[in-house]
Amino acid sequence: MNLRALARATSIVVAASSLAATGEPIVVASKNFTEAYILGEAVAQLLESEGFEVDRKIGLGGTKICYDALVAGDVDVYVEYTGTIAEAIKDIDGEPTRQKIADALAPDGVEMLGDFGFNNTYALAVPREVAEARGLASISDLPDHPDLRMAVSHEFLERPDGWPGLQQLYGISEVPAGIEHALAYEALEDGSIDLTDAYSTDGELKRYDLAVLADDRGFFPVYLAVPLVRVDLDVRAKTVLRRVAGTLDDAEMSDLNAAAVFGGQATESIARSYLVDEDLLGGNGGVDAVARDSLIVRLGSNTGRHLFLVAAAVIPATVVAVFLALGIFKLPWFARAAVYVAGLLQTIPSIALLALLIPLVGIGWLPAVIALFLYALLPILRNAVTALTSVEPTLRRVAVAMGLKPSEELRHVFVPLAMPSIVAGVRTATVICIGTATLAAFIGAGGLGDPIVKGLALNDTRLILEGAIPAALLAIVTELVFEWVERLLVPGHLRSSSTTAAAA
Amino acid sequence: MTTPGDSAVVFHGVGKRFDDWVFRGVDLALPAERTSAVVGESGCGKTTLLQLVNAVLRPDEGGVEVLGNAVPDTGLEAFRRRIGYAVQGAGLFPHLTLVENVSLLARLERWDDDDVTARVGELFDLVGLTRDLDDRYPHELSGGQQHRAGLCRAMMLKPDMLLLDEPFSAIDPITRVDIYGEFETLQGHEQVTTILVTHDIREARRLADYLVVMGDGGVVQAGDLEAVVSSPASDQVNRLLESGA
Repeated sequence: MNLRALARATSIVVAASSLAATGEPIVVASKNFTEAYILGEAVAQLLESEGFEVDRKIGLGGTKICYDALVAGDVDVYVEYTGTIAEAIKDIDGEPTRQKIADALAPDGVEMLGDFGFNNTYALAVPREVAEARGLASISDLPDHPDLRMAVSHEFLERPDGWPGLQQLYGISEVPAGIEHALAYEALEDGSIDLTDAYSTDGELKRYDLAVLADDRGFFPVYLAVPLVRVDLDVRAKTVLRRVAGTLDDAEMSDLNAAAVFGGQATESIARSYLVDEDLLGGNGGVDAVARDSLIVRLGSNTGRHLFLVAAAVIPATVVAVFLALGIFKLPWFARAAVYVAGLLQTIPSIALLALLIPLVGIGWLPAVIALFLYALLPILRNAVTALTSVEPTLRRVAVAMGLKPSEELRHVFVPLAMPSIVAGVRTATVICIGTATLAAFIGAGGLGDPIVKGLALNDTRLILEGAIPAALLAIVTELVFEWVERLLVPGHLRSSSTTAAAA
Repeated sequence: MTTPGDSAVVFHGVGKRFDDWVFRGVDLALPAERTSAVVGESGCGKTTLLQLVNAVLRPDEGGVEVLGNAVPDTGLEAFRRRIGYAVQGAGLFPHLTLVENVSLLARLERWDDDDVTARVGELFDLVGLTRDLDDRYPHELSGGQQHRAGLCRAMMLKPDMLLLDEPFSAIDPITRVDIYGEFETLQGHEQVTTILVTHDIREARRLADYLVVMGDGGVVQAGDLEAVVSSPASDQVNRLLESGA
């Protein structure tokens, strides 16, 4: 009896622990524009409501980063568009049917679930009162209204899947003017134009009360939003995610986007109300997930994360650069080559460097730290090499003639004399990294870039400042800390602030 | 160790070249526990000669013996620590205080604190430095104080030999006369074999017992100071001696 109870208890413990072992969090990613934030958050909350543990990598820096991370297994699910898969990721010929897309994704171990229902593609938008007054409902009606004042974005005017193809298919003879997309809505609003191009789920469609002309001949490529998941994702999670299929039409998605961009609502609560309205949530409710951390907690964790990224890069970079400099400064050719290579690394655009690192080390903090490390090398290495090579020849001669061993010579002569420059190099590297680390948000490394990137996407100044102000303060504090460090390591008359007094 | 009358440094047919030969066929025997001065016009190879003694440079032909043995190929640091070295401009390390500069080698040799303090005090007394200067950095010292410190640094480990490369030439004339006196006190106290490179024949005549005159790619004349002064070997030596008369 007792034995049976024990056996049962043991089996429960074993079962629980094996559950914990397989129950790694599901990594939910998203790209960094308004709609992506909302849908990514919705997917995350939906999974949480069914008891899954979720790790959010919301707001990554683009299609390539998200998809590569998914293939690499760093991400388990993110929302992508069928048109993007067909055009940008897989280059599918002809009509991109579900089957063709699924076949193209299969070799990568990626599976496409049912689409949300809306189609975020190009659209032609007309003020509702104009559409109603003229009886405009579809693009086929356009040839009958040659007096319509049309202005479309420059890109749309040029792209084969934009105006040129559209004009041919629908037989429109008028040529629209080109206009900056950001200005087009204002121009529609004040009545100086009647028609422009838009994305069919833009929040602006709602805000400016625009009617979308139906693409009745199916010219525009279809951009259905679909959850892309790894084939090996927990079957139960896939089943949960299939619920979103067909829950949003163009107008509803447009409303959600407008709530974020114009209503000033947090994307978390927009996602939440969508899930509630559609009755998609599971038994767990996911209420906790919606409660955002307080500003202080967010600031603290973002700043801490930011500091971690910078420190994890600058400290090893200092060690490597200083030892490298000590090893090569007496070999002019090597010294020049090393500074040159470090300079070359510096010229690689940071977002490109981050993207290049994903296939090698995935997403998250590691590629960010590696990239920052590479950027931090140059200022430290260059300063150290320059300072070491410019130690006064008389002092070098005295050091040798006195009988200092090479190690003593470095420790007691070269390093202390180069110290002001080395400290200045580390200081520069740190400030550079504090700035560059904001870009780490693009690859899900977190830090103060998170609110900045999101704020840019949502046009939310408050969010941008939530990242930018602490980053600026951090840079200032860094300067102060380094002044203190310099005071510890360098005698007053050798500090960068005072003129260098060489013994005459 | 050496005794007076021995030769502390011997050159056997020494030649040194960089692109061209600086000098060739130099034979010298410099007396122990005395001051030898090496004089000659600039570019004649005085400093090169000095650097062959502490193996900062190696001869391209011939050989150099120091303190009874050939200049070693290994263990150069230990070898050089037996040979003090002071240069024009003092060459103090700007990041170290006066006392840190002077005692650096003793610290590296792990001397006791008491020994270091005693030796620094002894040297400071001999050259007229006061202990209130201990913690000053070189730029806070006068030129004369810096050069005195340079001498003390060279003498810190009680070396067997002292090499001086124009150590007094950057000092103003009045201070220089004071330092000559202090150097003589120091030299008298320590009895160290000294090789002084200078372009100033008056300085050589004031401080040296033995004179080496260089020129024309070699040694023109070498001998006790009085002997060289009383019978110059050539017009060139004569002119040099008279230039400082």
